[in-house]
Amino acid sequence: MTSAVAGELSAELRGFREVQTLAYACAEAVAAQLRPGVTEREAARMQREWLRERGVRDWFHLPFAWFGDRTAFVNFRVPLQFFPTNRRLEPGMPFILDMAPVYRGFTADIGYSGCLGLNPVHDKLLADLEAHRELILREVRERRPLREIYESVDRLMVRQGYANRHRAYPFGVIAHKVDRVKERRLTPHLFGFGTQSLKGLASDALHGHRDGWSPLWSPYKFSDHPPRKGLWAVEPHLGFRGTGAKFEEILVVTDSKDPEQSAFWLDDDLPHVRRWAEERAAA
Amino acid sequence: MTTGDIAKGTGRGTDKGTGKGLRDARERWVRTGGVELCVAELGDPERPTVLLVHGYPDSKEVWSEVAERLADDFHVVLYDVRGHGRSTAPRPLRGGFTLEKLTDDFLAVVDAVSPDGPVHVVGHDWGSVQSWEFVTVKRTEGRIASFTSMSGPSLDHFGHWIKKRMTRPTPRQVGQLLGQGAKSWYVYMLHTPVLPELAWRGPLGKQWPKILQRMEKVPAGDYPTASLPQDAAHGAWLYRDNVRARLRRPRADAYAHAPVQLITPSGDIFLSERLYDELELWAPQLVRRTLPAKHWVPRTRPDRLAAWIGEFVTANEDGLPSQASSATGKHADRFGGQLVLVTGAGSGIGRATAFAFAEAGARVVAVDRDAESAARTAEMSRLIGAPDAWGETVDVSDEQAMEKLAARVAAEYGVVDVLVNNAGIGLAGSFLDTTGDDWKKVLDVNLWGVIHGCRLFGKQMAERGQGGHIVNTASAAAYQPSKALPAYSTSKAAVLMLSECLRAELADQGIGVSAICPGIVNTNITSTSRFVGVGAEEEKRRQKRSARLYGLRNYPPEKVADAILHAVVKNQAVVPVTPEARGARFMSRFSPKALRAIARLEPPL
Repeated sequence: MTSAVAGELSAELRGFREVQTLAYACAEAVAAQLRPGVTEREAARMQREWLRERGVRDWFHLPFAWFGDRTAFVNFRVPLQFFPTNRRLEPGMPFILDMAPVYRGFTADIGYSGCLGLNPVHDKLLADLEAHRELILREVRERRPLREIYESVDRLMVRQGYANRHRAYPFGVIAHKVDRVKERRLTPHLFGFGTQSLKGLASDALHGHRDGWSPLWSPYKFSDHPPRKGLWAVEPHLGFRGTGAKFEEILVVTDSKDPEQSAFWLDDDLPHVRRWAEERAAA
Repeated sequence: MTTGDIAKGTGRGTDKGTGKGLRDARERWVRTGGVELCVAELGDPERPTVLLVHGYPDSKEVWSEVAERLADDFHVVLYDVRGHGRSTAPRPLRGGFTLEKLTDDFLAVVDAVSPDGPVHVVGHDWGSVQSWEFVTVKRTEGRIASFTSMSGPSLDHFGHWIKKRMTRPTPRQVGQLLGQGAKSWYVYMLHTPVLPELAWRGPLGKQWPKILQRMEKVPAGDYPTASLPQDAAHGAWLYRDNVRARLRRPRADAYAHAPVQLITPSGDIFLSERLYDELELWAPQLVRRTLPAKHWVPRTRPDRLAAWIGEFVTANEDGLPSQASSATGKHADRFGGQLVLVTGAGSGIGRATAFAFAEAGARVVAVDRDAESAARTAEMSRLIGAPDAWGETVDVSDEQAMEKLAARVAAEYGVVDVLVNNAGIGLAGSFLDTTGDDWKKVLDVNLWGVIHGCRLFGKQMAERGQGGHIVNTASAAAYQPSKALPAYSTSKAAVLMLSECLRAELADQGIGVSAICPGIVNTNITSTSRFVGVGAEEEKRRQKRSARLYGLRNYPPEKVADAILHAVVKNQAVVPVTPEARGARFMSRFSPKALRAIARLEPPL
């Protein structure tokens, strides 16, 4: 739907797309190596090493991995529970890999849902995510307040019979802004988040607070504003009785008057989008 | 054949099953070890063979209802245990009823009725005790494909159970010992010489049918048979020849060599549920089932037994894991294969309840006035463990539509085992602002919907006479007055009272009734509630505001669903769910004045 736009991407967008593609390639490579008995910690380390070998030095956040009912954030209360544990993968278990590498100063934040073997519930969740991708894009193009779009997504999830799991995220966010990150020799991180990226987010929050917008897209009042120009990492996350699925990818919002150009997904050649296309072709 | 086929057969009334099945049976005699056994067969001999073994003091006719239901799909075989019914008794009686000799009989019958393939054994009471012996001794290996046990433990396992509790007498274990010891009073009685025989041939034998009807609610009919006094007198030797010997020296190698399905009636006055605590150690492939019934389940719950037996036999015939046993949710032992109907199943508590039952392996009928969401609930239910699920579109306030639904459900899916009357609408606003039309709408759905459901489906349950459960979703507003919700609270208070009355009425028929009072739960009832006495704009604002408040409270409907399943399992009368609902319930009983003061507060909308 955005192929017209994709052709004439600016150099900057190309940089973001490159790192997003890299991150999804990493997710697919690691997912292909997952076997019964692998722990979340090992899966997270596999992602980290794969990306380091390809030149990633800094992170928006370190890679996460969630297995089994942790994909649905069952009993998540405090943010520390996001971090990988020693939970082992078993046949039929769903998993989510989530990583946000910084590469040559560009950031991506992706989420990849998969499953070790057959799991019809997981398949259904993944298929139902497509409607959310379309809904979000449509309503962003309509320039509806982010809070309202959030509520639309929430309503769609309820109608589908799912629980909204990004409610468990910090501030209940469905998305956050991403931006370029200065390349430094030292790349320390704090609670799993790269300090450079946190700095960027904090300064956005500060400026936004003055101008009446927020870099966090949440159900709260501070998101009661139309979509702000820039790049948003959007991550609707469905949960259903111990199974969870999400995607996360970058949505580009511009100030173009043309609705098509005013918002578009950075890349349509992603694993979950390809999967939906294949399913439609098979049906 | 699918599990649905078997369960469909359960929709039949009880009028058919007055022993006609056994009268149509093909009879033959099997000679073994000095006795002649009367063997009856029903159904197509080409089908898998299901062998039903009766208990004490019964004869094979105790199975007539179950046998008839299984005969459509299986080759059903029954026989009178030696000394019972029309089989001859060994001479002398003493020493003639040992488990070894009963195993000889069993093998002789199996060789006669199914020479080529193994059989599926089903035992009740002493029939189950015997069958445990069959399924754990070497010489029957390869002759048994599966074993369904009800109300009869293995004497060897029982012996180990007692030993374990004697050697480690913690207070709990001593309690279990004493409890089962008290329930086993009749075992000691039967060890006295001559007296039991005299009693059975005299007054006890005469009174027994009445005792069964009164204590066990066994419906009158062709059972017990005329041979009862004789059967009971001979059967006393089952106890005398085996119990003491086995309990003193239980076999150490009593491991089942076939898959076992254990059906435990939770109201059994002779056997405690605790007896089967560590059965997994003895039976590696074990499926557990629980039935809210008393001891004589083959008479009182033939539909359910036939469905579970059929399911288990089919699963073990194909060598595939049983559909029902793959359900992993809570209470799968209780609801596996049962038919559950939920109204208002398109969203909120109703949908969560349908999902919880689906996870427990129940077949689900999801009813909602919104066709799409009902279908969606059914579809998702199938994904998470329901062997089958259907979406039905009905407005519960429409009497004729409900009647049609009840008829269709009975004809297509069978009699509902659990009914959840959950559909409801909200209405807020002061009494004086509430118009007659508003009142009518709320009462039509919230009260009349429940009345229709209870009347139509409750009647089917009562007519079938095999128990069941009705859950009505009331509300904490049923006992918490409020100036903001007069119509809604009134409708819910009526549902609560209706449920309590109905509970009293149906108690004798084994049908439980529960009223659930959830409290503030995060569902979309708030955003669809009417707010009377304000303009459309203000109404929208209040809907949004209350939805947000309920969202902030964020009590998940899944927890209410768990409470509903638990209420059915425990047969609870009134179940307040959230802490505030429990608090209000407590106050309504002990400090109603304070509750009345709260009723005068303006809600924060």
